Amino acid sequence: MAEQKINNLSRVIEVKDLYKSFNENHVLRGVELELSKGENLVVLGRSGTGKSVLIKILSGLLKQDRGTAIVLGQEVSQLNELSLRALRQKIGFSFQNSALYDSMTVKQNLEFPLIRNVRHLSRKEINSRIEGVLDAVGLLQSLNQLPAELSGGQRKRIGIARTLILQPEIMLYDEPTAGLDPITSIEINNLINEVRARFHTSSIIITHDLTCAKTTGDRIAMLLDGQFVKTGTFDEVFATKDPRIQSFYDYNFIN
Amino acid sequence: MDTDSKAKKYLIGRKVDRFFIKVHKASSFTIRYFKELVTSPHEVGEFVQQCYNIGYRSLSLITLTSFITGYVFTKQSRPSLSEFGATSWIPSLVGIAMIRALAPLVTALICAGKVGSSIGAEIGSMKVTEQIDAMEVSAVNPYKYLIVTRVTASTLMIPVLMMYAGFVGLMGSFLNVSQNELTTLTAFFHNAFEKITMLDIVSSVIRSLAYGFTIGIVGCYKGYNTSQGTQGVGKAANAAVVASMFLIFIEEVILVQVINWFR
Repeated sequence: MAEQKINNLSRVIEVKDLYKSFNENHVLRGVELELSKGENLVVLGRSGTGKSVLIKILSGLLKQDRGTAIVLGQEVSQLNELSLRALRQKIGFSFQNSALYDSMTVKQNLEFPLIRNVRHLSRKEINSRIEGVLDAVGLLQSLNQLPAELSGGQRKRIGIARTLILQPEIMLYDEPTAGLDPITSIEINNLINEVRARFHTSSIIITHDLTCAKTTGDRIAMLLDGQFVKTGTFDEVFATKDPRIQSFYDYNFIN
Repeated sequence: MDTDSKAKKYLIGRKVDRFFIKVHKASSFTIRYFKELVTSPHEVGEFVQQCYNIGYRSLSLITLTSFITGYVFTKQSRPSLSEFGATSWIPSLVGIAMIRALAPLVTALICAGKVGSSIGAEIGSMKVTEQIDAMEVSAVNPYKYLIVTRVTASTLMIPVLMMYAGFVGLMGSFLNVSQNELTTLTAFFHNAFEKITMLDIVSSVIRSLAYGFTIGIVGCYKGYNTSQGTQGVGKAANAAVVASMFLIFIEEVILVQVINWFR
């Protein structure tokens, strides 16, 4: 799956010379990035290097200090509230801690964005879409459960299902395997690949888990000190002699 | 100018800056409420749910506190009035005290504690667990869903609770009166409302609307601007109560002065 050929090379995300600081902490320092249609791009890097900041800028949750972040042909920071909302319908964001609405059942969590964004859907159509995405993540039986009754892996799956309900063109995964046991991590990695195949999405996967990167990424971009220092396939990136990249590899696979 | 006084001046300057930034943030937050209130779509279901949470779920606490307030106020007033043989004035004294002052203020303070802290903690917890961000990226307007519904429900429910508190407070007073004198409920209420004018009732409703709005907007503002994880949630809930109580007392002083011009 990771070797899947990208047939359509049109760009869905284009980031140029992106800078972002929080007070004296310069997180992103001139980031350049491109995501092609149908591609799975993994952004690798240590904690605190600005990986999540990057996808938050792409989804309009944060604004960059400098540079451009173009998503589906639109500069995110220039959009007004209505245009941003329209763009967000085409972007799915899977949060690190799933961010499920804890007072709502799984069904209500999935209904929530759907009934507010896709008007005039009949009850039958709503139910059918909910069942469709729950089936895709393999949790059809959890329809009436509360998030507190689900395991960490199940919550991640429901989080992904909630983003899929609006049928996005782009998926942004923030640490999809963080805090999960190895078997559940493999299941989530497979799910990310299944989502791409079934929903024809393009994805950016933020992670520091090399197994996740190897399984899901067509391309890997290594983020160090606020810049991408190496981009390519998994083997290309880790064939480099750069000690910072090598130490990242060694730490993941030897320790 | 020596280094110490320069540093002092710099620190004071930063504090003043921070104060005005906070004022600007709070004003923008409040102005946005009115903008979102008048634009569709409206979250009617969530608004009704919040009316239930704020109104119905506060009933038991309001019943208990206002009944005790009416009972104790009557009991404490009796010795002084009986010295002048004026115990027959108790119903109208309690009527004026409850409708003009106690019902709006007691209801507002009880709700600042119960409703304000609950709104601050709920929204604060949603903020730190990224549920509000999740709404944003799902193309849902969290301000409309969370803030407009809660502030509107609080603004409308506090006057209703105030009227209920006034009635229950008078019932508490009646219990004390009936223990000491021969009277009927009808006669008691007739006497209690003898000195009450329409202006008294309207002014209490207007003040309650203001208190309800304050409780809602302060709770939401503190929750929506929560940071520092779970510790921040506790701080937001606490700050919501303290700030709304403080503002309620300031509003009370100003509104009572303004209303007295019309008497």
